Formats: sequence, C-alpha cells, structure tokens
Amino acid sequence: MPIKTIYQAETERLDILDKDGKADSSLMPDLSRERLVEAYKMMIRIRKMDEKILNLQRQGRMGTYGSIRGQEACQAGIKLAMDEGDWTIPSFREHGIQVLAGIPMHQVMAIWKGDERGHVYPENVRCLPVSVPVGSQLLHGVGVGMALRLKGDKAVAVAYAGDGATSEGDFHEAMNFAGVFKSRCLIFIQNNQWAISVPFKNQTAAGSIAQRAHGYGFPGLQVDGNDVLAVYAGAKKALDHIRSGKGPYLIEALTYRMENHTTADDHTRYRPKEEVEYWLDRDPVKRMKIFLTKKKLWTEKKEKDYLEQVKKEVEDEVKKLEAMPPAPASDIFDFMYETLPQNLKEQREALMSEVRQ
Amino acid sequence: MSEQAASAQTGGQDMTMVGKTEKLNIVQAINRGLYACMEEDDNVLVMGEDVGVDGGVFRVTDGLVQAFGPDRVIDTPLAESGIVGTAIGMSVMGFRPVAEIQFMGFVYPAVNQLMGHAARYRNRTRGRFTCPLVVRMPYGGGIHPPEHHSESYESLFIHTPGIKVVIPSTPYDAKGLLISAVHDNDPVLYLEPKAIYRAFREEVPSGLYEVPIGKANVVREGTDITLISYGAMMRPLLQAQEILSKEGVSAEVIDLRTVSPLDAETVIASVTKTGRAVVVHEAPKTNGLGGEIAALISERALLHLLAPVERVAGFDVAFPFPLLEKNYLPNRDRIVKAARKALDF
Repeated sequence: MPIKTIYQAETERLDILDKDGKADSSLMPDLSRERLVEAYKMMIRIRKMDEKILNLQRQGRMGTYGSIRGQEACQAGIKLAMDEGDWTIPSFREHGIQVLAGIPMHQVMAIWKGDERGHVYPENVRCLPVSVPVGSQLLHGVGVGMALRLKGDKAVAVAYAGDGATSEGDFHEAMNFAGVFKSRCLIFIQNNQWAISVPFKNQTAAGSIAQRAHGYGFPGLQVDGNDVLAVYAGAKKALDHIRSGKGPYLIEALTYRMENHTTADDHTRYRPKEEVEYWLDRDPVKRMKIFLTKKKLWTEKKEKDYLEQVKKEVEDEVKKLEAMPPAPASDIFDFMYETLPQNLKEQREALMSEVRQ
Repeated sequence: MSEQAASAQTGGQDMTMVGKTEKLNIVQAINRGLYACMEEDDNVLVMGEDVGVDGGVFRVTDGLVQAFGPDRVIDTPLAESGIVGTAIGMSVMGFRPVAEIQFMGFVYPAVNQLMGHAARYRNRTRGRFTCPLVVRMPYGGGIHPPEHHSESYESLFIHTPGIKVVIPSTPYDAKGLLISAVHDNDPVLYLEPKAIYRAFREEVPSGLYEVPIGKANVVREGTDITLISYGAMMRPLLQAQEILSKEGVSAEVIDLRTVSPLDAETVIASVTKTGRAVVVHEAPKTNGLGGEIAALISERALLHLLAPVERVAGFDVAFPFPLLEKNYLPNRDRIVKAARKALDF
C-alpha cells in the first residue's frame, strides 16, 4: 500500500504597511479616507488614555496597571472591522478595545483602580467583563458564539487572549469546541511576545500561533500586529468568513509589549534594550501617521487639534473617575447572589455595624 | 430499608401532590425534571459527554435528544473545562444550560471555570451579567467503579462563595431541587447520589414543582438526638435511626438537601431541642461539612448541648479502589455507635 498524505497546510502572513509608512498598494483594504483617518485616531485615543493611566498609577491614583502600549494597531484594527452588534470577550490587556467598543474611559479606569462598578457597562455595549485567569475567557467567547449560532444571530463573538494563553489547556479546549460546534467566534490572539518574563519561543515549538488552527479544522492567519491596515484586512476576512456561517477563525496579530507586564513588573530584568528599540522603530502609530501625511489625509494642525480633543476627553474622564462616590462597604455582599442567603445577611450585618461605628 | 420507609422520607413536607403522580427512582425523577424544564423554557439546554444519543452513562438524560434535538441536547467533546466554560458563555447570553460532569472525580479541570468565573460573574459585574447555570454531577462511593469515580468533594464548592450546592436523597426532592436549580438565576451545583440512583422509587408529581434551595427537611421528629446528613448517606442514617428507635431512642432526622447555603436555623432548632447531634457525610472528615455544623452548634446552642457533636465521615484518605471501599464509607453501625456515644456521654 502506498503511503498517502492525509493533510497538508500552509499558513499565511499579511503585511500591508511597512515600518516607514509605505503601503503595499496591491493589498490595500477597501477603506474610505474617513475610515483610514478614523483608524489613526482610534490608536491615538487609546494611547493617550494608556499614558494617562500609567501617570495616575505613578502618582498613587490607580491600582496595578497593565499597559497596552505598542498594541494599539491590534485593538483599533479589529474594532474597525467589527460590526455594531458583535461581542467583545476581553482578557485583561484589551482596554483599548473596550473603550472603542463604547465603554466610557472612566469605567475602564475604574476597573484598573479596583472598582467592580467599572463593569456596569452601558446597556448597549456588547462586551463581557475583564477576565484575569489567563486563557479561560476564550471558552466564554466560544460559548457566546455557540449561543449566537443557536439564536440565528448574525453577530460574531471576538474572544481575545495573548501568546501566554495559548499554552493553557483552555486555549486547546476553546479551539476544539469552536471547530466542532462551528461557533460564530473569532479567536484573536495578540502575540506581544512576552508572557511577563517568558519569551514566545518558550511557549510553543510551533513557529506561529496561526498555524495551530489547522489542527482544529478551521483557518488561521498571522497579521502584522503593528500595522493597523493588516489587522483590519485580516480581521475583516475572518469576520466575513464567520458571518457567512463557515465557522470559526483564528487570528494571530504579531506585536510587541512596549511596557512592563504591569506596573508591578521590571522588564529590564529579562529583555535586552536593543529588542525594545527594534520594536520602537516599528511603532504602529508612527507608521500610520507617515502614511496618512503622505496621502495628504493628515497634517500637524489636525494632529494638534485631535490631541487637544483627546486630552480633554481623558482629563474629563479622570474627573468622572475621581468624582465617583466610594462604593458602600455592603457592595461586597450584595451582588454575590440574586437573593442574599441568611449566612451572608448575618455577615453583612456584622460588617455594617463595624462600618457604622 | 423498606421501600415504604424510604418513601416516607418525604412525609411531612409541603407536597403539592395535586394531580397526577408517577412512581420513580432518582434517575427517572431527574430525567423528568429536565424534561419538564426543557418543555417549559426553550432556553434550557443540556450539554455534556454522552448526554445525547447515549442518554448519559447513567441514563439520566435518556430520551431528551429525541424530544428536543441535538441543538438543545448537546453531546460535547470530552473536556470538562470546555463544557463548563462554553456553558458560562451561553448562560451569559440568556440560555440556561444544564451541564453534566460525568463523575465528580473528573470536575477538577472545570474548577477554574466554576470557582474563577461562574461563582463570580454576578459580583464581578455588580449584577450586569449573570450565569444562570446548573452543573450536574454524580458523586460518592458504593458502585465499585475504577479510581476517580467515587469522590465526594462538595466541600470544595461549599467553600466557594457565589455557588449553591444541592444534594437530593429522594426522587421527590431530586426532581423538585433540579427544577429549582434550573429556575435559579445563580449557578447551582447539583450533586447526584449515584449509589442510590435506583435504590428505591416513590410517588413523584408529574409536571413542574419546586423544592426550595436552602431549606432542610426534618424527615423524622424526635427528642433525644439529632441525626444530620444528606444525599446517599441518608440511607444508612435512616437505618441507624430504626435501630435506635427499637432501643427506645427518639432520634430526629434532618436531610439538609442544600449544603450551601446551609439551613442553619433548622439544625439549631433541632439541636436546641435534643441537645445532641451526629453529622454524617462520606466526604473526608477534616474541613468537611460536619466541622462547620459542629462550629455552628457551638456558636448558637452551646448551653443546650448535653454531649460533644459527633462526626461520622469519610477518613482523610484517598478514596479507596473498590475492594477496600467498604472500609472507607460511613455505615449504619458507625452511625449507631456515634449516637450511643453521644447518648452515653
């Protein structure tokens, strides 16, 4: 009997805009001038928010914070490709996406400050809460996608995780359930190459995350995660595929975490300065600015005006954050169950009598 | 224990047995409960390993896929975290999944999803999102299976704020608690006493009825001592009560039915009256529910106590393979001995 090949596969990578802002015109996505500018503005907006939160943290006005710096193209690009009704299932480094999905900045800041009320999103926002146990939320995303399919809803669930999460068992189970049940779910991995101090090469012997999709019977694609046009084009292709009922999709956006893992971390202990500088030269915001300027869609004047507008938004949102009245102590009890059981009523009363004294 | 005696376990409670009843064992009662909930609400789904065509390895979900189709009775891949994790996603979207973990000894891969997410979703989001989810799992020893099929680790989940844990011991309670669990807007773990799945049958109302979560059942009234347990251990406990009764001891018997949140009021009222208590469970003794109940009694009824609270529990050892399991499991004689110790104190 001859030996047969039972499976062969290739995995593609998409790059459109190079580090110097030069676009491959043959791959340019069909985006209006306004949408191109919008992509850039989104990145500026979430970068300025990120910078502000880092500053607040240094001043002791914020909890331990994980920066999104360097990953703005991933978060703006996917948002640009999503439809209004699509669901966001975030991990803990997706606050850019959360804000772009319509959650007011002060609520996102509240979560990082340590206030559960940040999760009381406006009614129309289709986003689940921040999930801290790494990779675990991917299963919720696949479940949301299964629910959308059962309901005949045209929306798609976009579930996020990082490169470290792909080593978790839940990544495997999520990919497997997604494939088996044709979940309306896009699994979107921001590979920022560092899981705290552990580099990507120590997470997997596979050369990419994208290629692992083949093992689950659906497509995977790697995009340049520092190129908002590539992220948009890749995500659009994936979302169209899912929306037409063909099943799930995996996207790996290869990017770089420019900051510490969180403000409690010191990345100089484990990664060389040269590597950070290499990626600084590949900054997602900078290259899009060059591209738009060359296209005459952006000017220094526009930049200055928009920065002022964003600065005002961020400052106003910080004011709202800091004007939030303290949550009552009883909040730690009142949302554990729909109806408080007797033992919790007694413990609540014990706390409240302490608080009243 | 005779079938009549077992059936009488549910006597004295508010049984709204108007209309038709069926004589069912626990497996059949859970099955009828699932059927009734799925018929009542299209958002109720059943999911897990072998729950579809096979009807579940214990046949609890028998016939459901034929009645409701594969979109509502979902045979999943063999992955416990995947089952509970995707069920959480579906529950947040408005479905009411009833997920099955085939044996409690296999729940550990799903513990991150249960403790880390299902139990905390409402609180984390201050009520913006909830997980109306039921996770069923057979627990406990006595069926001579391979390793990991006999565990009784309810304390893991009793110790998890945000999750309710119910454990029926009769067909009537099995159906009523299942329906309450499905109707509940918070995650409920529904532990099934597989050792007594088919031990006896009793009359169970057709259609929908609830047995309230958080409410214990005083199965026998008595004045000398309180015997407390739940699930499969109610059988040896009632046998012990019969022996004690012949000796002239009037034992009050409490079936907790819900182990979290605990019905402390019923326990304290009983011990205040009798002054003695024996708590029985097959879960390991240390940090088991017996310790919590003993602490509650000492906090609230110390001056009524005539003897230390006795615990008859599993030993603090790995659950044995079948040939030695009878050494592990609490039985009638151990319960009688503990009761006599309390009575003679």
